[in-house]
Amino acid sequence: MSRFSYSDEMLTRLLKVPQTIACVGLSINPIRPSYYVARYLQLKGFRIIPVNPAYAGKEVLGETVLASLAEITTPVDIVDIFRRSEFAGAVVDEALEMRPMPRTIWMQIGVIDEAAALRAEAKGLTVVMDRCPKIEYQRLFGELRMGGFATGIISSKL
Amino acid sequence: MSDSPSYGFDTLQIHAGSRPDPATGARQTPIYQTTAYVFRDADHAAALFNLQEVGYIYSRLTNPTVAVLQERIATLEGGVGAVGCSSGHAAQIMALFPLMRPGDNIIASTRLYGGTVTQFSQTIKRFGWSATFVDFDDAAAIEAAADENTKAIFCESICNPGGYVTDLASIATVANKLDVPLIVDNTSATPYLCRPFDHGAHLVVHSTTKYLTGNGTVTGGVVVDSGNFDWTKAGKHPSLIEPEPAYHGLKFHETFGPMAFTFHGIAIGLRDLGMTMSPNTAFQTLLGMETLSLRMERHVENAMKVAAWLEKDPRVDYVTYAGLPSSPYADRVKKHYPKGAGALFTFAVKGGYEACVKLVDNVEIFSHVANLGDTRSLIIHSASTTHRQLTPEQQEAAGAAPNVVRLSIGIEDADDLIKDLDQALAAATS
Ligand SMILES: Cc1ncc(COP(=O)(O)O)c(C=O)c1O
Repeated sequence: MSRFSYSDEMLTRLLKVPQTIACVGLSINPIRPSYYVARYLQLKGFRIIPVNPAYAGKEVLGETVLASLAEITTPVDIVDIFRRSEFAGAVVDEALEMRPMPRTIWMQIGVIDEAAALRAEAKGLTVVMDRCPKIEYQRLFGELRMGGFATGIISSKL
Repeated sequence: MSDSPSYGFDTLQIHAGSRPDPATGARQTPIYQTTAYVFRDADHAAALFNLQEVGYIYSRLTNPTVAVLQERIATLEGGVGAVGCSSGHAAQIMALFPLMRPGDNIIASTRLYGGTVTQFSQTIKRFGWSATFVDFDDAAAIEAAADENTKAIFCESICNPGGYVTDLASIATVANKLDVPLIVDNTSATPYLCRPFDHGAHLVVHSTTKYLTGNGTVTGGVVVDSGNFDWTKAGKHPSLIEPEPAYHGLKFHETFGPMAFTFHGIAIGLRDLGMTMSPNTAFQTLLGMETLSLRMERHVENAMKVAAWLEKDPRVDYVTYAGLPSSPYADRVKKHYPKGAGALFTFAVKGGYEACVKLVDNVEIFSHVANLGDTRSLIIHSASTTHRQLTPEQQEAAGAAPNVVRLSIGIEDADDLIKDLDQALAAATS
């Protein structure tokens, strides 16, 4: 279990479509988890902007891969970080240089940088660490129920 | 997985998994009696087949009624997910399948349901697997029995045929030391009396045939994953960490994290082994589970009364109920099973095998059946039935010696159960 706790209400709000998500560290290999996540979110109606210097200029998911967040010219709502924890802080600092700034920073499962999270929160951003937006989306919007997973959602409403 | 408010057991046993039906508003979970499901479009179909999206394809893999039961049991056990199976025995194979390759072995408790002893000592050999049986009161012996091909540890919480409860925390410690998952068959306890994950177990299996359904109507099983076993740490279980050829080289643990075992259970286990739970079975079990806590309380209360009465009866040699103060496991029950030691126990009749057979022939309220966990009280002479395939040593170790009768105490009036046993004992020992 993650030691970070976020309410379902907050996560549901953060994952409203449509939004633009910059995926930092996105792989172009279709069996890598980052590709899986981005493709899923794109299918759900999010716009994905791939960021990965290793694949800059290549096409993935119908979008051109950019080398850094600084190259993005459209407003971004969420920066989703698919990098190891030790590289996450630098990505957060780059995100804070964007104008307009993104509203949300997501760090994937296992990605944690509490100091960077505090820097972003100080600038008014919302930060989620150690979570996958795909899993949370699937859990909150009824999809994981279809696989028999414990969603934690109890409701007598339609 | 959720950080939202947690609910009590009695609320979850009714509500977990079952929101009103989105298509009709039906409040009770409908029986979705369908084999296949229409795809929205080609992209949706491709995403489902690639495991990029969760949804319904074909009822060998997933079904809306079964999914409600899976989520309900996963929730009550405190796990991340569950896979429904056609029986408890199917669930055991489904639990082992992702862990084992030919040449691999498990360490299992000697105190198991007789059918499980047979499954592990005979049938799994045909897959090239094997089991070593060890006294689980001796944690050091478990460790000593393990080798580099040991891939799991298996035991029951409250054991069938009764009289023994496992100290799960001490076994979990051994499992962690060996870097293998501890699988607990929680059939006789149900999550109401014991949640093995709270004691450090990694996987739980159930025969939902028993207390979860409660009325003796359907056979079913379930495998529950805690999500707490790190498959990559020691890397002993290749199916969960290595590229899966049938899914373009996808690695389950890398892709699905704590949900890897459940995804594997659906995408490989049910897909290729096909030991699927039927929607009608899931429906019956869902109905039963709505009253699980109420029934278990009464089962335990009645078992205490009947066991205490038997223990004082001169026609009875001994009673093995772990809930009795005289049990050698009384302290363990108090500490690890505070809501009770279940409703399953054995007693030895003076007069041995012959008297046991006569006793079983003379009961009127107790039913002579090979089952447990029914609302009805049940009786069986294990040595001549369920444990017949075992050697005398195995029978003894499993608590099913020839002079022993097993009771599964139901939720009738305890006084009537005692009267019935009284007259049958009189007939058996006259
Ligand atoms: C403890 C236990 N585990 C597993 C099983 C097997 O379950 P099923 O009969 O549903 O295959 C039984 C059945 O008696 C049992 O008592």
